[in-house]
Amino acid sequence: MTATTTTTTKALSFDGIGMTFPDGTEALRDVSFSVDRGEFVTVVGPSGCGKSTLLKIASGLLENTEGQVSVDRERIGYVFQDATLLHWRTIQRNVELFAELHGIGKEERRDLAKKAIDMVGLSGFENHYPKSLSGGMKMRASLARTLTLQPPVFLFDEPFGAVDEITREHLNEETQRLFQREGFAGLFITHSISEAVFMSTRVLVMSARPGRIVAEFEVPFEYPRKPGLRFDAAFAELSGQVSAELRGAHS
Amino acid sequence: MTTQQAAETGAIESPLVGGADPSTMNAGSIRLKSRRRLAAETILPPMVMGGIFISFWYLISYGVLDERRRFLLRPPHQVLKVGFLDWDNFSEILDGLVSSTKVAMIGLGISIMIGFFLATLMSQAKVVERAIFPFMVTLQAIPILAIVPLISFWWGTGQRSRVVVCIIISLFPIIVNTLFGLQSAERGMHDLFTLHQASRVTRLRKLMFPAALPAIFAGLRISAGLSVIGAIVGDFFFGLGDVGIGQLLRKYANNLWGEQLLAAVIMSSALGVTVFLIFGWIQNAAIGKWHDTSDSGI
Repeated sequence: MTATTTTTTKALSFDGIGMTFPDGTEALRDVSFSVDRGEFVTVVGPSGCGKSTLLKIASGLLENTEGQVSVDRERIGYVFQDATLLHWRTIQRNVELFAELHGIGKEERRDLAKKAIDMVGLSGFENHYPKSLSGGMKMRASLARTLTLQPPVFLFDEPFGAVDEITREHLNEETQRLFQREGFAGLFITHSISEAVFMSTRVLVMSARPGRIVAEFEVPFEYPRKPGLRFDAAFAELSGQVSAELRGAHS
Repeated sequence: MTTQQAAETGAIESPLVGGADPSTMNAGSIRLKSRRRLAAETILPPMVMGGIFISFWYLISYGVLDERRRFLLRPPHQVLKVGFLDWDNFSEILDGLVSSTKVAMIGLGISIMIGFFLATLMSQAKVVERAIFPFMVTLQAIPILAIVPLISFWWGTGQRSRVVVCIIISLFPIIVNTLFGLQSAERGMHDLFTLHQASRVTRLRKLMFPAALPAIFAGLRISAGLSVIGAIVGDFFFGLGDVGIGQLLRKYANNLWGEQLLAAVIMSSALGVTVFLIFGWIQNAAIGKWHDTSDSGI
């Protein structure tokens, strides 16, 4: 029921996780899997199956009622469904926020923020306020903010669900590049099968509530993955298999 | 190709950057034209309305009231001549206005301090909010007339009592708006601060207080106007100490000096509007860059 700091290669592991809310709703049942550094695992599942609950448990925002989580929460990265930028701060100061909360000095956090802003392609927008940016740009700023901590574990809770299809594809490609470059352990939640297969090393399918892992797919495609991969026959076949499992999970 | 290179070549820039502020793309001439149009749209409606109001005023003074009863509503030009252009009369009104402004600002300042303190306290624990809030509502619901005798028992009939009236009248909007603002930060933002183990003070300073600023300013604008009313009402009731606009209103009314009375009313209203505009300007300077402040129409 508690999180422990692990020294093994498993950056994040869930062991028999169960979650029942105080109102009696059972959200998760016996969920076990792990994510190593250099692995990008995506969980797909029907709405309300407990995917986001799983991330909240990993980050410590919620406490599981069954099982054990192993993760170092000191520098955990968490990207929410919304960009959650502070409206009153410029992009530069938003990106500096986490470093600021961790007590990193002004000069150092400015450098960290600058590098992260460069990394997500937002250079030139440092002095803009969130209200003047598009949804995709806000999400990039949110990614940059998390990158300043160089997190060994990166949690993504449907971060690109609210942006248009083309922007989403671009953001998928950028996230994939960041993953390759930083080598973090990524745990990604999405409703999009294409997004899951395109970015991940592994795709897990969750059942309807109470959420359980009902299928697991290794994704064999080499990184870096080109946009054209989405039209590849092998990609379509794997997506079809995930889709079939997901349909089963709905019933 | 790195992300940055891609951005530079435009491969990924256009669909994402396309959402940046479109106003920067407008040509200068179009901007100038639209500014003029905007100015016309802002200034013309109140001017037309003012014209209709003055015409209606004349209609009542000359069309409805006969010579003997015209003291009930003197025509605008007579108010201008006696109330504003006669320096003795106008300087008396100005002196009263200065005295009332002082009272209003002292009362507002104290209200802001008490209001911020109580709202911050209530934002930190639901139990504190439950304990304090009903009494704030009760205080707000008491008609000021009903407690005037009590106020004069405790603080006399001078400046202090007038300040107390100001505080009672202007405190509630500050508390309610500040509390609402402090509680307005989104759940996701709070989660961010929780994830990074932010202390209570850090959360208050870096999240709750900045998020509350738009609501705080909305409260301040309301309370600033109310504090002017409080200063005038207090002065009107207590009638001792420095002569404020309230005492003058009473004097002019008792002597049926319609011109000075209306001039004093107009100046009181002008004071309220000025205070409202000043706080609007401060609000715009403080948060206008990041918050879409609604147009007050003034």
